[in-house]
Amino acid sequence: MAIILPDEPTPIAKVPSTENKTGGWRTFRPIINYEKCIRCYICWKFCPEPAIEFDSPDAHPVAKPQLAKFDSVKINYDYCKGCGICANECPVNAIEMILEEKLEED
Amino acid sequence: MRHLPIPEEEYMLPGHTACLGCGATLVMRYLLKALGKNTILSIPACCWAVIPGVYPRRALEVPLLYTAFEVTGAAISGIKEALNAMGKEDVNVVGFAGDGGTADIGIQALSGAVERGHDVFYIMYDNEAYMNTGIQRSGSTPMGAWTTTTPGGKKRMYKWEPKKNMAEIMVAHKIPYVATATIAYPEDFIKKLKKAKEIKGPKFFQVFSPCPTGWRVPPNKSVEVSKMAVLSKAFPLYEVEHGKYRITVKPKKFVPMKDYLKMQGRFRHLTEEEIERIQEEVDRNWEELLLKEKITQGETHEI
Repeated sequence: MAIILPDEPTPIAKVPSTENKTGGWRTFRPIINYEKCIRCYICWKFCPEPAIEFDSPDAHPVAKPQLAKFDSVKINYDYCKGCGICANECPVNAIEMILEEKLEED
Repeated sequence: MRHLPIPEEEYMLPGHTACLGCGATLVMRYLLKALGKNTILSIPACCWAVIPGVYPRRALEVPLLYTAFEVTGAAISGIKEALNAMGKEDVNVVGFAGDGGTADIGIQALSGAVERGHDVFYIMYDNEAYMNTGIQRSGSTPMGAWTTTTPGGKKRMYKWEPKKNMAEIMVAHKIPYVATATIAYPEDFIKKLKKAKEIKGPKFFQVFSPCPTGWRVPPNKSVEVSKMAVLSKAFPLYEVEHGKYRITVKPKKFVPMKDYLKMQGRFRHLTEEEIERIQEEVDRNWEELLLKEKITQGETHEI
């Protein structure tokens, strides 16, 4: 008797998790103060999501002229859960955690 | 232009369902950054079994095979040997399990796999309890900790047994490479992984990964608390290459164990004497490690 194998012998998960917009979990929103940001990418290094992305060097204001050649960072609020590691690890305190409801009021 | 401290490629997707500030997701992120796309993972029941999300979701760009709780070691042995039979010998096969799945339930399969000498990686992400099922005590829970199965009360029934030293158990198997790492030092972790990639045979990593939910720590402190664990000697970072110890992070100034314990709600009940006892234990372990490094590096013949 011939053995008929199914097309997929085991179930294979194929839908990327990027379809889950986990930003809805957030209570506190991290806001980057570009006047302070020294573009060291430590926030990117420690983001457990990862929800910190790179942007072009001139997309945001620069703190010092010598930093103008480096890429800037931005937060993808679709996925950021607002854990606050970035704000805690930032060496120049350029990220502030603000209550979402407060932002909605403004 | 950007100067990045760690590789830029991402193989872990956002949108996964880990808790806020999860240490285990950072372990996976750094692991895949170091090993690259040519990797197959096998994961037993643990936090990472739920982090990718419900079927049909996936959070990784590499193949991942779920197994039963106790068989991670057997599963990676099988995957590796099947790949060898197919002539694909350059694939990194990784077992990725929590501390319960490594130190308690999965220890026999792991012991067998490393004893047989398969060319595999085994990553134990150590969040020091069964976090996925609701913070039950494991063999890797540290002394003095509160968990839901060591709840304390009037008789102070906390976990008073010492933490099982999984890295030393693996050193005792005489495998070519054993290392400890933590998420607060990703450069160190990635360097060790890249070194291990060049070594043939079983490689074991114990990676300290804080769990804000189970440790009663605010989510934004999870990287800070893992740094404090290294600075207070609670979790020293070292590697053992062919039996030779090398401490990779030697802090210039140590912080007292008290500062590390007071950061975490699971240790809030500890009295001064109990903290003293834990401090003594940690100091002794550190001295022992320094001595091991000295002896195995061949600097002394006095013993």
